[in-house]
Amino acid sequence: MADSGSGDIAVIGNTDLTPSESENNIKNTMVEKGTNLLKRMEIGVAEAEKRTGKNAVNMQETYTVYLVETRAVDASSEGTTPVPDSLWRRYSEFELLKNYLLVTYPFLVVPPLPEKRAEFVWHKLSADNMDPDFVERRRVGLENFLLRVASHPVLSNDKIFYSFLTEENGWKESVFETGFQAKADSRLKALNATFRVKNADKRFADMKHYGDELQSVISQLLRVRARAADRLYGVYKVHGNYGRVFSEWSAIEKEMGDGLQSAGHHMDAYAASVDDILEEEEHYADQLKEYLFYADALRAVCRKHELTQFELEMAAQDLISKKQQQEELATGTLRTFSLKGMTSKLFGQETPEQRETKLKMLETQIEEGEELVKEKNTECEEFVKSAWVDIERFKEQKDHDLREALISYAIMQISMCKKGIQVWNNAKECFSKM
Amino acid sequence: MSGTVVDNNASSLSIPTDIAGHMLDLDEDDDLEVFSKNTTQGSSFNPSMQTSPGSMINQYKFEEEEEEIDTKDIFVTVDDPESYVTAIETYITYRVVTKTTRSEFDSSEFEVRRRYQDFLWLKARLEEAHPTLIVHPLPEKFVMKGMVERFNENFIETRRKALNRFLNRIADHPIFSSTEDFRIFLTADIGALTSHKKQGPGFLSRMGESVRGLAATVRGVRNRPEEFTAMQEYVEAFGQNISSLDKVTQRIVREQKEYLEDLKECAPTYTLWSNSEEELAEPLRGMASCLERCFTETEEQVKELNDNLNPTLHEYVLCTETLKTVLRRRDIIQAEFEAKTEALLAKHADRETIREDLSKMEDRLEWANNALKSDWTRWKKVMRTDLQSAFMDTAEKNVNCYEKCLAVWESFLLSQRTDAEGTQVSDSS
Repeated sequence: MADSGSGDIAVIGNTDLTPSESENNIKNTMVEKGTNLLKRMEIGVAEAEKRTGKNAVNMQETYTVYLVETRAVDASSEGTTPVPDSLWRRYSEFELLKNYLLVTYPFLVVPPLPEKRAEFVWHKLSADNMDPDFVERRRVGLENFLLRVASHPVLSNDKIFYSFLTEENGWKESVFETGFQAKADSRLKALNATFRVKNADKRFADMKHYGDELQSVISQLLRVRARAADRLYGVYKVHGNYGRVFSEWSAIEKEMGDGLQSAGHHMDAYAASVDDILEEEEHYADQLKEYLFYADALRAVCRKHELTQFELEMAAQDLISKKQQQEELATGTLRTFSLKGMTSKLFGQETPEQRETKLKMLETQIEEGEELVKEKNTECEEFVKSAWVDIERFKEQKDHDLREALISYAIMQISMCKKGIQVWNNAKECFSKM
Repeated sequence: MSGTVVDNNASSLSIPTDIAGHMLDLDEDDDLEVFSKNTTQGSSFNPSMQTSPGSMINQYKFEEEEEEIDTKDIFVTVDDPESYVTAIETYITYRVVTKTTRSEFDSSEFEVRRRYQDFLWLKARLEEAHPTLIVHPLPEKFVMKGMVERFNENFIETRRKALNRFLNRIADHPIFSSTEDFRIFLTADIGALTSHKKQGPGFLSRMGESVRGLAATVRGVRNRPEEFTAMQEYVEAFGQNISSLDKVTQRIVREQKEYLEDLKECAPTYTLWSNSEEELAEPLRGMASCLERCFTETEEQVKELNDNLNPTLHEYVLCTETLKTVLRRRDIIQAEFEAKTEALLAKHADRETIREDLSKMEDRLEWANNALKSDWTRWKKVMRTDLQSAFMDTAEKNVNCYEKCLAVWESFLLSQRTDAEGTQVSDSS
């Protein structure tokens, strides 16, 4: 990396790109990669509103609803932009959608929702869910979520997703009709269970490890960043005191008065500039947070693989033991310890009829067992195949998005430096007139 | 004639003899000689010697000294701090180098070693000799806030700079720079300095001043001229403002240092992250490197604030105290004059003696007032220059810091954009 002097600025080109414009680049990439859904439809979360109503336990509550807008793509290309279709959704409905997707597509890295509660806050940011800044950032996050799902090759075709966007009433019921709740409970149990897998696919084990590391490092980064933001805020704001004192001082000076007064104004401007700077920094933090939560989704897929692998191994294990039993019964040799074997030794051999029945039962069980193993095997293979495809897709998306995020951070820093240079040059000139 | 002046003071009624001497203390005859010899100063001193106090007043009215810079004939530097260890104590001495063309100096170059105590002595002498002239403050004896050791390198350097500034202010001052005490300070060896120090009023005189001051304060000034009241109001306001600026600057330094502490943790986190990544490893390492460089630049900027702006502002906080003291001394002189005037009206007063004293006190008052007025103008000019350049330097340094950080980020951006374009090209193929 060469140190660039002012001559290099022309080469760099558009450094005036704001972070939000850079974020649009991410969205545009999603649209370009283009699923069928996004080719047909524009999706957005346009507004947020406060509502009050009675909740499940008949108590008054205040909550926020978000306006989900959709518009047919070809309609706007005719020149006139028709009014979009829209409906209101609460955060809890977004959560329901996401849970449904998680359960229905366990082999996919499902996009995360923006955080439920504000975390990694610093003193100026409110941790209050009703705070307008938080609501606004959540609105952006929800829109992002919808676009992520809509741009996913598999998820974008889901009917429940489509009706989430288009059918306000009855949507919840249709979700529950899918019966995903039952699967949800068992999934939760499985995710939390501890079990040992003998032959997990190494790639998935590595991915899970990566997910752990990603989560840990991004958390650390967000924590440090929040503290630094707090400090920087303090530094800038204290400069506002210069403005105040210069103003008072200028009142008692004759020759120095004007220079001091105008320098003071620049100090005030400097102090005020930090608000915009840190708002853009929050934007960067939100981009990091998305991938913090994505890490969870990634780990969930790896866990699910372990589970399916485990079930396969269990089924295979069971089959082996049944086959062994069959062999023992058929040949009369006792190779493994079994209670049956022991009792028959103690209480005498079984009758030929009893043995026949047992053999027949075992045969059926073995048949079923073989079917099960075949099933599980297929399940496992298919899971590995489709999950790995999605994981590769996710990796590419992550690399692209995070690089864009770093770029937009650099752009933000550049903007901050330029503002600083301007303010202090102005101040210097005022001082020279003191 | 100066001898006569001193004698009269010794016999004045209400003033004890041991401190009477320094009311008009012109360092014996030396200052009178000074008036005749300083033709190169560029001030409007009348070189021809007049002997009455009245005519001396005229000579004290110096005007704008624009020619001062061009005709500067004495250059002083304070450097090379060194530890000096004896059985009883350890202290720092500084090298004081003088280059001059002035005739009252025996040679054109001098080099002596002085310690902080010596500077204190010089300041006290100048103040005693010229109670209503403004002496630039010395750095404080010890730093109150924080655990700063006396022999901490940064402390010594800051002090050295302040001592250098102090001495240069004295050298630039038309009256102070011509004093014998100053000359001896710059040229005498340790022995000669020590014996010179023993002469003249010392501790007692300082104590005497505050005793007299107390008496005068009790009485109060009746008819203070408007301009001195205005000065006092200015000093009050100025003092508050400069004190605020001092505090604000200290606060900024504190906050910046804490910001740097937090920033320091960012770079290693990005490096840690880059270890888990493949494609992203390079940009993440780039980020870490950028943050490290910005950290270094910001450290430098904080250092500038700490080492330059802060001490300068602090000096002017001390100046405010000096100004207040000077105004107070002037008030005392006036108060005593007024008391004398009233004494004249007392029934059994010795009118003859009192009238004599009164005339001298009147002269002294007028002299003190004029001295103060001229030095006030002078001080304001110096203050303006000092503070202007201190703030300009700070602004300059801030701009530099931002410019360097800007270059760092632009370079990073360029590298990322070029890489991205490279990848896109290969994708489309």
